Amino acid sequence: MVDPESLGARGTPFPLDVERGKCFEFARAVRSEDPAHLCGAVSHPTFLSTTLHWEKRVEGANPWALVQMSEELGMHAEQEFVFHGPPPGAGDRLIAQARIDDIWEKRSRAGHRLIFVKMVTEFRDANGALRAEAILTGVERHPPEAP
Amino acid sequence: MSRWQALQAGQVPEPRSFGPLSVTDFVRYQGASGDMNPVHHDAGFAKAAGYPGPLAVGMFAAGVMNTFGTDWLGASHVRRTRIRWKAPAFADYVLTVSAAIDALREEDGERYADIALTVTDQDGAVSVQGWMTFVVPE
Repeated sequence: MVDPESLGARGTPFPLDVERGKCFEFARAVRSEDPAHLCGAVSHPTFLSTTLHWEKRVEGANPWALVQMSEELGMHAEQEFVFHGPPPGAGDRLIAQARIDDIWEKRSRAGHRLIFVKMVTEFRDANGALRAEAILTGVERHPPEAP
Repeated sequence: MSRWQALQAGQVPEPRSFGPLSVTDFVRYQGASGDMNPVHHDAGFAKAAGYPGPLAVGMFAAGVMNTFGTDWLGASHVRRTRIRWKAPAFADYVLTVSAAIDALREEDGERYADIALTVTDQDGAVSVQGWMTFVVPE
């Protein structure tokens, strides 16, 4: 069950080095043959999913566990990536930090109680400039209460 | 990569199909992304979770959809992508990506194309919806 107290929680910052081989491997996995993706000039628009490899190396990097979303009722509903310029490319050394940015509720037409949680991960370069954001929206879907 | 003069609102590129998908496709994506959830490659685990078999990684289908977008409007020009999952896909599914230009607009001296994308399975059910924004050169 989503814990509203997790709103505002911040993860420990962690590094993400964009590597040429990883750009190539990822591009092949999502069927891109674009030379810009394969040589790592820019990474694929969904490449920052690879934070999964990096966040595990730093304790407390991912604050999502604090949300305590139910495994049975919860799901990854939406994902967004925003780039402030071209997507990161091979050689970029980014610092990522995630935060629980928003929690809200609504009721579906069928009467389900829906609890949404938005986690924003910012990716900054060595000068602190914001290069990209990954925005994950999870939803916990509760069946209508018995009358 | 398309240029500004070649684009118009409502424009629809030729759709593209991917598949039949295989568990190998899911595993390759899992290794690349780091999401090693066994529901995407372990048939026994997937069946115990109530699925008919290994489930396509949601971000794999979304990734293929994004590849369609960057092939059309340029890998270095993408500025935003939003993905919404509608229905799961499984091994042997054939996914088809289609897209259309929602809007062409100018903002702060830059020209942008907003596109909407849809991934449908072989039965026509929508698996993934997406929206992408690209800067467009003259």
